[in-house]
Amino acid sequence: MTTATAQRQLPVVMAINEAIRQLMQEDPNVFLAGEDVALYGSVFGFSRGLLDEFGPERVVDTPISEAALVGLGVGAAATGLRPIIDIMFMDFMGVAMDQLVNQAAKMRYMFGGKARLPLTIHTMAGAGLNLAAQHSQSLEAWFCHVPGLKVVMASGPYEAKGLLIAAVHDDSPVIVVNNKALLGLAGHVPEEMYEIPLGQAAVVRPGTNFTIIATGRMVQESLAAAEKLLEHGIDAEVIDPRSLVPLDTATLVESVRKTHRALVVHEAVRFAGFGAEIAAQLQEAAFDYLDAPIGRVGAPFSPVPFSPALEAHYVPNADRIAGEVLRLLGRSG
Amino acid sequence: MTPSPETLLDLHRRMLRIRLFEEEAGRLSEAGRIPGALHLYVGEEAVAAGVAAHLGQGDQVTSTHRGHGHLVAVGGDFRRMFAELFGRATGYCRGKGGSMHIADMDLGMLGANGIVGGGPPIAVGAAFSNKYRKTQNVTACFFGDGASNEGSFHEAANMAGLYRLPLIFVCENNGFGEFTRQDRHQAIRDIADRAAGYGFPGVVVDGMDVIAVYEAAGEAIARARRGEGPTLLECKTYRFYDHVGVRGMGVVYRSDDEVRAWRERDPITLLERRLAELGILDAPGAAAVRDQVHAEVREAVAFAEASPFPDPATLTEDVYAS
Ligand SMILES: Cc1ncc(C[n+]2csc(CCOP(=O)(O)OP(=O)(O)O)c2C)c(N)n1
Repeated sequence: MTTATAQRQLPVVMAINEAIRQLMQEDPNVFLAGEDVALYGSVFGFSRGLLDEFGPERVVDTPISEAALVGLGVGAAATGLRPIIDIMFMDFMGVAMDQLVNQAAKMRYMFGGKARLPLTIHTMAGAGLNLAAQHSQSLEAWFCHVPGLKVVMASGPYEAKGLLIAAVHDDSPVIVVNNKALLGLAGHVPEEMYEIPLGQAAVVRPGTNFTIIATGRMVQESLAAAEKLLEHGIDAEVIDPRSLVPLDTATLVESVRKTHRALVVHEAVRFAGFGAEIAAQLQEAAFDYLDAPIGRVGAPFSPVPFSPALEAHYVPNADRIAGEVLRLLGRSG
Repeated sequence: MTPSPETLLDLHRRMLRIRLFEEEAGRLSEAGRIPGALHLYVGEEAVAAGVAAHLGQGDQVTSTHRGHGHLVAVGGDFRRMFAELFGRATGYCRGKGGSMHIADMDLGMLGANGIVGGGPPIAVGAAFSNKYRKTQNVTACFFGDGASNEGSFHEAANMAGLYRLPLIFVCENNGFGEFTRQDRHQAIRDIADRAAGYGFPGVVVDGMDVIAVYEAAGEAIARARRGEGPTLLECKTYRFYDHVGVRGMGVVYRSDDEVRAWRERDPITLLERRLAELGILDAPGAAAVRDQVHAEVREAVAFAEASPFPDPATLTEDVYAS
């Protein structure tokens, strides 16, 4: 890498845009379909300009019909195309659940390996914008529980581009989750096409005495928490699994064997969240190395509240993460 | 079912209450004083008012993401509405729901809904309940042209027709699903045609003419109360502001000229003209009603702003009944 100033910076929203553009330039079988993705360029702005470049056959505005929209992707993928299907808000996956869980996830298996489903579902998750309980959820655990689906979560612009490209290149259904509160977050994004291999975690901040494993937006909060922890003499390692299914357990285990302590952080509801899976796997693979129980930080067991006065207490933040690390170390904040 | 002078004045007042509530909410949102997303109903007042004028105690409505108008039309309390928009503890939903989930179960308003197409199946349930309990009550299900493309609408319509439920489907066809014009999201022009597929009548009405809406809704609701089953009432209308928030005039997906042309058929102006012709309400009379409603709005906003934010301890309350 060259010096930081020479690096091109892009916000997440443009990283997604560039990934789709390059994927469509590369392969005529790739198309994008979703509600208001063409003429309007998506309510989040990530598909601006794509209609002009690729035309209405490849950048498709659909009716508000999520079940048919995902089904469109399943059928198109099964017959040789590489659809990118946008489900505007992750919450709306509820409307399309059968197509995702009973159709997309199972077709290949049920047909004895005779179907290939290069289907990408792109969606936005996350709270923090006062959009209340039906527009703010992080539902990744639902999909991780379903064999046949892959699930990835981007924590910044570099990840947003690299994960989306890897997802579209993959021959199985992949759900790509971006976080709407991160759309404006800028960072270095290489101009060329690159993949972040599914199932390869990143150590985003190396450290020696504590492991924080965080997904999506919580990677940013955990990095901020790590800075705060330095003041307490704690050098925390922050790891972003990037892909939840398949999960790079080896990188996580290696870190815990080094630091002997771990905290798993996600924005989704803590109870029955994906953090429980990570904690259990670490416990199975690194029990002898652990000096403390594995901690978990997530949202409380409630729907996302509307009022800023409540939502501020809902989404985990750097202070809560740092506080939990200190608690696990038996120190007060 | 020609409306009496009292009814005409009632329709006027209902529409003005919606309009002035919404315009104030829009201003507050633009000023950054209301958090989250606000979907305004301005321009579509005749639909909610014309239908709600036939509803009373024990009837229900299911709403959409554009739900303030429906709640105001059935008698929503401005104070608790503004308080909810502001995220205060005194709001209808104790600050948990906000604009997109505003509701008043006591008024039978079963909630604004953040899920497009979320309402129709619930309306079927409410109508089923009315029939089951032999109440003579009806349910009005408001939904958009965009929502009529969701499977949930079709499944609900089929059941409502099958069980001859006391229900009216009120399609607020404002010409757009979000930013997509109707002819780009469905191949038909009249959504009322869809009723035929489910075995009940579909009626098209001018949604800017509150008297027309009132009359058509009256027939459909009377039919439902008589036990003759549902009707799909399609009201051709228009939203004057943007899909979310105010900004308003022609953004990429529609032109300023188009917005202006529809504004010339403002449902409130149309009714006021009619009221003047009939000698029921003159301009100073209309201005007096406006002043009254304005005062009510101002008082409610002051109440809401003076209200406390919810205690963080309430965050996990009400997830379950106990
Ligand atoms: C299931 C679902 N899909 C998509 C959305 C995003 N969305 C919110 S409003 C809207 C348009 C709805 O159009 P219509 O039903 O015609 O109602 P209008 O906004 O015109 O009143 C869309 C697509 C949503 N909230 N829920």
